[in-house]
Amino acid sequence: MIGAIPMTHGLIVAAVLFALGLVGLLVRRNIIYMLMCIEIMLNAAGLAFIVAASRWEQPDGQIMFIIILSTAAAEVAVGLALVLRFYSRFKTLDADIANDMRG
Amino acid sequence: MIAVFYIASVVAIVSTLMVITRMQPVHSLLYLIVSLLAVSLMFFVLGAPFIAALEVIVYAGAIMVLFVFVIMMLNLGREAAEQERRWIDISMWKGPVILALVLLALMIHVLHGGNPGAASGRVVSPKEMSIALFGPYLMVVELASILLLAGLVGAYHLARRDTDNKEQKRS
Amino acid sequence: MFGLFWLVPAMPFAGFAILALMGSRLSRNAIASVGAGTVGVSAVISLGLGLRFLLSPPSGHAYTLTLWTWIDVAGFTPHFALYLDALSMVMTLIVTVVGFLIHVYSIEYMRDDPAYSRFFAYMNLFVGSMLMLVLADNLLLLYLGWEGVGLCSYLLIGFWYSNPANGRAAMKAFIVTRVGDTAMALGLFLLFTKLGTLDIQEMMQRASEQWPVGSGIAVLAAALLLGGAVGKSGQLPLQVWLPDAMAGPTPVSALIHAATMVTAGVYLIARTHTVFELAPPVLMLVAVVGAVTLLLAGFAALTQRDIKRVLAYSTISQIGYMFLALGVGAYSAAIFHLFTHAFFKALLFMGAGAIILALHHEQDMFKMGGLRKQMPVVFWTFLIGAMSLAALPLVTAGFYSKDMILYEAWSSKIGGPVFWLAGCVGAVITGLYTFRMVILTFFGEQKTAPGHGPGPCIKIPLIILALFSTIAGFLEIPRSLGNVPLFSDFLEAALPHAPLTEGSVFIEALLQVIAICGVLTGVAAAIILFARRQEFIRSLMAKPWAAYLHEFWFAGWGFDALYNALFVQPYIYIARVNKDDFTDGFYSGLARITAAFHRALSVTQTGRLRWYMMGIAAGAVIVLAIVVFL
Repeated sequence: MIGAIPMTHGLIVAAVLFALGLVGLLVRRNIIYMLMCIEIMLNAAGLAFIVAASRWEQPDGQIMFIIILSTAAAEVAVGLALVLRFYSRFKTLDADIANDMRG
Repeated sequence: MIAVFYIASVVAIVSTLMVITRMQPVHSLLYLIVSLLAVSLMFFVLGAPFIAALEVIVYAGAIMVLFVFVIMMLNLGREAAEQERRWIDISMWKGPVILALVLLALMIHVLHGGNPGAASGRVVSPKEMSIALFGPYLMVVELASILLLAGLVGAYHLARRDTDNKEQKRS
Repeated sequence: MFGLFWLVPAMPFAGFAILALMGSRLSRNAIASVGAGTVGVSAVISLGLGLRFLLSPPSGHAYTLTLWTWIDVAGFTPHFALYLDALSMVMTLIVTVVGFLIHVYSIEYMRDDPAYSRFFAYMNLFVGSMLMLVLADNLLLLYLGWEGVGLCSYLLIGFWYSNPANGRAAMKAFIVTRVGDTAMALGLFLLFTKLGTLDIQEMMQRASEQWPVGSGIAVLAAALLLGGAVGKSGQLPLQVWLPDAMAGPTPVSALIHAATMVTAGVYLIARTHTVFELAPPVLMLVAVVGAVTLLLAGFAALTQRDIKRVLAYSTISQIGYMFLALGVGAYSAAIFHLFTHAFFKALLFMGAGAIILALHHEQDMFKMGGLRKQMPVVFWTFLIGAMSLAALPLVTAGFYSKDMILYEAWSSKIGGPVFWLAGCVGAVITGLYTFRMVILTFFGEQKTAPGHGPGPCIKIPLIILALFSTIAGFLEIPRSLGNVPLFSDFLEAALPHAPLTEGSVFIEALLQVIAICGVLTGVAAAIILFARRQEFIRSLMAKPWAAYLHEFWFAGWGFDALYNALFVQPYIYIARVNKDDFTDGFYSGLARITAAFHRALSVTQTGRLRWYMMGIAAGAVIVLAIVVFL
């Protein structure tokens, strides 16, 4: 494709997405929302890699994105399994319930 | 083409905003899928078609579907939305928003230093990527597969329901 | 004969070892034979050594037997060596012979006591330590014996430990003598540092070569040694422990606190006399301490009710005479008085013990009386001992020794009439309190009826000692009466003669007559006041000043109260104030601060996931900011 997109702009978009994900993570109490926000952040990081790969015209960034993707997949699988266990134990999805390791 | 990039980025940002502010989990899930599609479009513009496809197939297609499964399984319903409204009020947003703004400011400050150049938009074909993947990055592939295996086993074990005592003792 | 020399201290130690290890399994008779037998063997060997020493003295008038090298570190090599010269020969004879007689006495005295073997074990350990003290070749070995006798004194005073008062008396004795022992240890350190050796003869040789007369270092060393002697011998200001030490069994009082241990201070000063001669101020101090103590203790003995306390104060007083003699340079006179005092004081204590035993442990003299007819052996031997103590003229040993001291105090170049006067007044008081004791105990109406009388184990030592108390004096007869200087000639090799100004025989006889008159006055006064006109005493006691004086002397001139106020109360106060131990408070304060921090920081451990995430995010942002901007 013709045309040059300044790398800065792409990275700024990634940064904004990351920040939004962070806000969502810190504000939300529901575990499912937290996991979703983590996905947002991972995606934003991947975007930054792809932007960089496009800038240097090398496949390395894309490979990194694949790794991020597979990591996110594994993590979601395990995380959702844990959510199921959490729900069956506490009967609610409130993350603040699980605070036994305090003091 | 450049305009596509910017439009897609605006869509992504707006839909992500919607993700974090919705009360119904299914709503925010759907907005997340929109965001992922927008990002995929951005990938395509940047010259990574394979990755764009992967994003849609794996991320939006598999991971989000997993989320949907779990939400449906948990059968959250209307009380969940009520609960969410009760948990989130305006005063809770202050701290994280400030923190995120500080982070954003920092990152932008870092990004503006120097002259990194421009993304040319040349397509990096899947062929190049595969050569790199099975060349210098072979170990990464193996590691990723082990990671996925671990995730698989872990998810299976954790999500198993203990039906009766015999199963409990055996596991 | 000298080949058997090492057995003299070894036998009592062997006896101690046997009784300590197997004492509980032996029968009474076996314990008695081991306990008294070992000392008896030592006594026989000492007598043999003495005979050999007299008939064919070794070269240099001294015999050294080195057993082994004790320590060998950087030029400091004290040996375990025994040194036999005239002085230590006399001391050894006293310790073993009198010790043996007292052991025989205690076979019967302690017969009913359940801790029979423990008693003899301690007594044997004591005799062994005392022999180590007097036979030591160097000051370190002497200090070993010194500490050993201190330990045995503590163990034996507190022998009946189930009564806490006895334990306290033992502790008092140990602590007070400890003060003296510390001074002595400092003196030993000083002597070693300056002279490079602790071997006694060697040290005195070097001291006389290197230290000028009256130099500060000699004064300091002599003063420190004097501190040790004063503690062990119960002189001013460390005399407070001796009257309370009477809480131990009577044989202990007889052996340790009359005949042997308390004379260790006199022995020490006589042994290291060269150092003292290099420090004339300290020698003067020795004489002054002796003079003041003999008067002080004499007055205190006048008011006591307990028969053993009278004898304890009497011991302090008589040792004051010995210190007086040492202070004026009359070393042989001091040792001679030590010699005769051992006999008659042990005799008096043993007689008192026989009385106490017969009256079922009654010790208050005012509850005794009229025992003359019913305990004749005890009465006559006690009377002989009392006469010797009071120094009745011509027939008693005490007379000759005390007379020698008085004469040499008058005519010594460093003595003077003041010391003679103090001794004379002391002799009057001695006669007074001695016969007060005799009359209250044996004459008058009987207030407590005696039980069965003493057996042969008690009577025979009493008779033997009574005999010695009479004839021992004839070893040294003054010029005016016959001039038999056997004793001081025997000691001449070890102790120099006193530096006397030449006086005529007439002066000597005159002084003797005055002293004799004084003694007889005291005895007569005692007889009149306590036997005939008792109402005079009663009317005197009614006057307030007399009653106050009586109380004051009864409490030993208030020394116990003084030390209590000066030392004991402040110490207890400091201990009470420091109950929480401020140095410990530093460490517990550290612990408290740490706990406070812990409590403060654990507030941040809420256990909530979002809180932790917030923390992680904020931390990451801060680190990023630092990296970017710094």
